[in-house]
Amino acid sequence: MNLLEIKNLKMDFGTDADALRAVDGVSFNIGAGETVCLVGESGCGKTVTALSIARLVPTPPANYVGGEILLNGRDVLKMSSGELRSIRGGVVSYVFQEPGASLNPVFRIGNQIKESLKLHRPEKATNEEVIRLLKLVGIPAPESRIKNYPFEMSGGMQQRVMIAMALASEPKLLVADEPTTALDVTIQAQILELLSELKRRLGMAILLITHNLGIVGDMADRVAVMYAGQIVELSPAKELLRRPLHPYTKALMASVPKLHGTADRLSAIPGNVPRLGNFPPGCRFAPRCPIAKPECSDKLPELVEVEAGRFVRCPFWKSP
Amino acid sequence: MSLLEVKNLKVYFPVKHGMFSRTPEFVKAVDNVSFTIEPGETLGLVGESGCGKTTLGRAIVRLVEPTAGSVLLNGENVAQMSGSVLRARRRKFQIIFQDPYGSLNPRMTVEQIVGEALDIHKLTDSKAARQKRIVELLKAVGLDAIYAQRYPHEFSGGQRQRIGIARALAVEPELIICDEPVSALDVSVQAQIINLLRDLQQERGIAYLFIAHDLAVVEHISRRVMVMYLGKVVETADAKTIIREPQHPYTQALISAIPEVDPESKRQRIILPGDVPSPIHPPGGCPFHPRCPIAEERCRTEVPAFREVARKHFAACHLAGTKIASPRNPARSDAV
Amino acid sequence: METTIAIVKTQPALSPWRLFWHRLRRRKIALTGGVTLIFLYAVAIFAGFIAPYRYDQISDNAFFHPPVWPRLQGFRLVVPRSEQMPGDFVYRQISNDTRPLHFFIRGGKYKLLGFIPCSLHLFGTGDDNYSVYLFGADQFGRDIFSRLLYGSQVSLSIGVVGILLSFSLGMIVGGISGYFSGWTDTVVMRFCELIMSIPALYLIISLRNVFPPGMSSSQVYAMIIVILSFIGWASMARVIRGMALSLREQPFILAARSLGQSHLKIICRHILPNTFSYVIVAATLSVPYYILGEVVLSFLGVGIQEPQASWGLMLNAAQNTEYMQRFPWLLAPGAAIFVTVLAFNFLGDGLRDAADTKSL
Repeated sequence: MNLLEIKNLKMDFGTDADALRAVDGVSFNIGAGETVCLVGESGCGKTVTALSIARLVPTPPANYVGGEILLNGRDVLKMSSGELRSIRGGVVSYVFQEPGASLNPVFRIGNQIKESLKLHRPEKATNEEVIRLLKLVGIPAPESRIKNYPFEMSGGMQQRVMIAMALASEPKLLVADEPTTALDVTIQAQILELLSELKRRLGMAILLITHNLGIVGDMADRVAVMYAGQIVELSPAKELLRRPLHPYTKALMASVPKLHGTADRLSAIPGNVPRLGNFPPGCRFAPRCPIAKPECSDKLPELVEVEAGRFVRCPFWKSP
Repeated sequence: MSLLEVKNLKVYFPVKHGMFSRTPEFVKAVDNVSFTIEPGETLGLVGESGCGKTTLGRAIVRLVEPTAGSVLLNGENVAQMSGSVLRARRRKFQIIFQDPYGSLNPRMTVEQIVGEALDIHKLTDSKAARQKRIVELLKAVGLDAIYAQRYPHEFSGGQRQRIGIARALAVEPELIICDEPVSALDVSVQAQIINLLRDLQQERGIAYLFIAHDLAVVEHISRRVMVMYLGKVVETADAKTIIREPQHPYTQALISAIPEVDPESKRQRIILPGDVPSPIHPPGGCPFHPRCPIAEERCRTEVPAFREVARKHFAACHLAGTKIASPRNPARSDAV
Repeated sequence: METTIAIVKTQPALSPWRLFWHRLRRRKIALTGGVTLIFLYAVAIFAGFIAPYRYDQISDNAFFHPPVWPRLQGFRLVVPRSEQMPGDFVYRQISNDTRPLHFFIRGGKYKLLGFIPCSLHLFGTGDDNYSVYLFGADQFGRDIFSRLLYGSQVSLSIGVVGILLSFSLGMIVGGISGYFSGWTDTVVMRFCELIMSIPALYLIISLRNVFPPGMSSSQVYAMIIVILSFIGWASMARVIRGMALSLREQPFILAARSLGQSHLKIICRHILPNTFSYVIVAATLSVPYYILGEVVLSFLGVGIQEPQASWGLMLNAAQNTEYMQRFPWLLAPGAAIFVTVLAFNFLGDGLRDAADTKSL
């Protein structure tokens, strides 16, 4: 049994006539100790999908209209609030994009980490444990850092504190939503290195959300690429980077400037990412797709396993 | 004569410590920076937060007042101008911003936004001519004429950025400061805007100071690249050269920190310890020495001079040229 | 190979105002308040027409007369005659001596909209012995309903005019102060704080004493507006200054500066329009204070004078507790004030929710 199994998740914002489908039939699994990357651009539904794992999206305005989220076999969407509280932190922890906004500015970071400990491992809610966690995430001189307020720390440090808070409860799954996007590139390297090391030492599964395909190469075992509320490609990471199958994935990789690349025109994807409620009929990428055929706009393609472990939502994936 | 010549530019911000402090402290955001840009050329400017690149860009267009030094545009010192003379010169240099959502007045239509530029400098003499010019500008950035009556919130990030570019183009500038113009955009849209900027440069001969933190983007669009750290320039060279053979340890670390899409590349990541130090109390000697893997005693005490270390390649490092990692092999990506 | 990107909908441009209106329409309480206010202001404009009597029409034999309502006789509305009984202000209706109630009847002269002479009234009996006092009569035998309507012209307009004056001043001062910051800001804000630190009530009364006692009613009206505006602009200036201070760092302001736009135009075209959503809400929620300010002044006898009508002045007569118990209809102006203030607050709350784009 997988640690996490998301099956055909469907979620709307708003109800009835106003409903906008933000997540449309998303399915993927995460095994224990595995790192899965969820890649996509703004509005594709990746953040909302990740937040749904612990049912962190407020309902209303969100509205789950279908599917299941099985965490260790139990459906999160049907859990009571008591059960939810115990899995939040206990089984799945989150690290968010803006560490400055996720830390409470009026409490010392030592106390904030202790709060996480008190909720899930109360017998360990001690300064010693806090120091151990700070050491684990690579914060130098942790004994004096316990007393710091968030504003006294840099962005990279704050993110490490966030990670320490997330790890305090010893979760099985760490969900990191664009944890390095707001950080400088050298600090980003530090944090990614830290996540890799923690993965090795603690055997933790990670769901890493990003729009940066480079991070996928460094960190992921498997990748799910999302577009307009759906998964369009699901594959082991190395395979996807070596040979992407979906036109969107191919176009995305081609449009990103690479170091040592040629200085010719980038092959840009025309048009804009469709907004919620304005999804085109049929295949949602068709209006921007370089190999789109008329029948692409008639019927929404299914996500199909075309090679071992590789799923694509495009009937013409074989085209060059 | 160069289009832009920046000489010993300094931008210091006083840090107020209350009414009774005697010695004022300064944030040395830009600390003695000099460089040139030729007409029609793109100079890339890279660095991390706090390095002063944004302040430098804004100081050149006088959105921030320079503390010392000169900014010569076609030989005239813009840093000393004021009043109507400055206003007239402003046509020569413009700026586009990072935040597509904050860079357009939400209560004005696209036509009013772009038209304002024309009106300030009286660039058209009739309503009809103004209309025509606005439509021309919108077309030049890839927007349809009917968008002129729309409001900013009706557009996506990429489209708003195009509107900002149209506004900057309206006054026919010779230099545009691009302050992280694609960082806040979706990946699939970034390439569109980069292509647009290149096309406009080829058509109109506009020079760019392209400020970004993404080295790959900067390398792609720039002829030369400048790397800044804590208010100082640490390395300047041709784009290709600086990526292939970076001389300064910081540049090397910056390059190696970029996550690379190629799964086969087996490179040694250089992870710099610690954080970028505060620009109020920069370290003595070389500003980079606390984080530098090869720092020596000399680096702690002596500020390295910015000197030519190879042909047209400048770096400020006592140990310039020492490799702190094996040079990365340019990854040959398979056709995708 | 060109990919055409279809424009999904072509519709009129969604200006921020239109968006605002869409959001406001969904809030029923706000609409209730808004409709009520439209109704009240419409009634105020046509006060002379709707009121059966003039505001200064005295009736010697109707002091403190209780309300007289027309009643249905067959298919007609009729008004009975009243007769004063012995004793203190006691009356009796004589039900079989009636006159029919006419609509669109000629009566006392008034000036519609202040300058069109008119004598057409919405309803009346034509005979002063058969008086229709919808809300009773006051201590001089004047119809309270009519005085209420005439009074609404004063009380409601003072609110609007006062707001326009003080908010215009506040926006200009606050905008300049916040945009330029530095010394300008420091001096101006200290001055605002000075004004704001004086208790409003005492300020109102002291200012009143600055003006000479014998002034004509329209002068008094203008004076009240000036006094109230003088107090009100400072708090608006402070808030606008704060907004201007944060707006000036926005990229679109920097863009305007880099284009060479003049400071004045930046303040007027970029900064102030982006404070409108706040200003409208604040204005709507402040009008009640202006109305109440006039009420206080007139109640204390230093505002609108007899024989003019204003709600505050009418409440003056209701100070006497014995009268309040015996003649409760004297409190009608209080009910009118209550309804008006409530309507403004409902509308203001709705406007604030509609302006707050983060809420759904």
